[in-house]
Amino acid sequence: MRRIIKPLAFLAALLPVAWLVWGIFQGTLGANPAETIQLQTGRWALKFLVLTLAVTPVRRLTGWNTVIQYRRMLGLFAFFYASLHFTSYIVLDQFFDWGAIVRDVPKRPFILMGFTAFVLLIPLAVTSTKGWIRRLGRRWQALHRLIYVSAICATIHFIWKVKVATGDPTVYATIVAALLGFRVAWSVRKRIQRPGRTVPQSAA
Amino acid sequence: MLIKNAPEIRASEITDESHYLRRREFIRLATGVAFGALAAGKAEAQTPLPNITKHIVTTAADEKVNSFQDITSYNNYYEFGMGKNDPQRYAGRLKISPWTVKIDGACAKPADYHIEDLIKPFELEERVYRHRCVEAWSMVIPWVGIPLASVLKLAEPTSKATFVEFTTVLRPTEMPGLSSGGLNWPYTEGLRLDEAMHPLTLLAVGLYGKTLMNQNGAPIRLVVPWKYGFKGAKSIVRIRFVSKMPVTSWVEENPDWYGFYSNVNPNVNPVRWDQSRERRLPGFFATRKTELFNGYGEQVGSMYSGMDLKKFY
Repeated sequence: MRRIIKPLAFLAALLPVAWLVWGIFQGTLGANPAETIQLQTGRWALKFLVLTLAVTPVRRLTGWNTVIQYRRMLGLFAFFYASLHFTSYIVLDQFFDWGAIVRDVPKRPFILMGFTAFVLLIPLAVTSTKGWIRRLGRRWQALHRLIYVSAICATIHFIWKVKVATGDPTVYATIVAALLGFRVAWSVRKRIQRPGRTVPQSAA
Repeated sequence: MLIKNAPEIRASEITDESHYLRRREFIRLATGVAFGALAAGKAEAQTPLPNITKHIVTTAADEKVNSFQDITSYNNYYEFGMGKNDPQRYAGRLKISPWTVKIDGACAKPADYHIEDLIKPFELEERVYRHRCVEAWSMVIPWVGIPLASVLKLAEPTSKATFVEFTTVLRPTEMPGLSSGGLNWPYTEGLRLDEAMHPLTLLAVGLYGKTLMNQNGAPIRLVVPWKYGFKGAKSIVRIRFVSKMPVTSWVEENPDWYGFYSNVNPNVNPVRWDQSRERRLPGFFATRKTELFNGYGEQVGSMYSGMDLKKFY
């Protein structure tokens, strides 16, 4: 079953980029096709980040353990769309003007935030292979917690990008907060339940 | 009487003669596009404006006029939603007839005008202007309208009138974007009196030879081609002469990002924006160098001589 579903999921995850490429050649991306490409690649990067972050909560809440087998693929698609999004900035906004890019990134908080979110995903994508998981051992998990920081930066990037913060950026911020909040709640609960490390009992 | 007093822009001041002489070629192209759009059912609500007496092209020969489709499908008009398509989708709900414009404040003859009465005394002009959005994209748009100065003179502003404030219509039942919050509505904009009286400043009532589409600010909007697009208040219901600089909607929302003047300037880059270059739509790359005053410096620069444009942005 997994042999069928996983390739299908992979193809489905490519649909947004296929739609964009089709649109470029068909001229269906509107009056500002460059902006459509930037908005869509950014949105899909954030959507896949959210999906990746949802894997663990879904597994813990439902006991549906096979979902973990999709986590790496989802994370790599987040990186894939983030790369396209970053490339669109380099090519469509700056047209390879590296001097302007170096000046622009630190000067504009929303770009710096997006840039940070992207850069943090690079080590995670690189160390996503079985070999790196083995080599890093326990440190692998610690390293991959960077996705939390990346997701927070990506959300702030979205909020700071828009001229008036309503609608979608707020929705994404709420979802990311819920997914990260779940982890905090889970670890607090685990700590309380762990024998020998319980919170000192009050006089009872 | 006022017709005679209305300032005229000699075309030779604005564009060189060879471009001016090619205007008919341009108009032919333009109407072709407009009829194309009409055939596609996109402009059924628009009526032709037959009495356009002047055609003034202010852009260079290599600057192509944007298609009717581009100009009417990619708009910032947050009262109808924040997506660029939202105004095209929802602006049809706005009832633009009848329409009254109140002109009041520091003037000798305040009055409420039916829009027909306001426009009728003047000759309609086609003005092909660059349109530069603060979001670093630009278009070339064939507006139809009358100089704002003609209308302002009707009201006879007093010596106290140093600024002019423009207010956009506010109709929650017809403007679905209002419910999601956003700016402090109604939308207001403002100009210094000399800017408002400048011959380039246009009260637009048409596009491509026809009445405006609602998403472009029908039935009457402001066009100030040397400033960022948001200065051009849409669907105007009130023009008020004031003695103090008005606090405009965007300045109120975020004074670090937006200034009162908001003249197009590649050297002034508030923290959110990089204005050094722009994307001329429908192009892909933001490689066009932004011009000071959007290329209208020769006509408008003198109004700002001695002003620190970095401070008064």
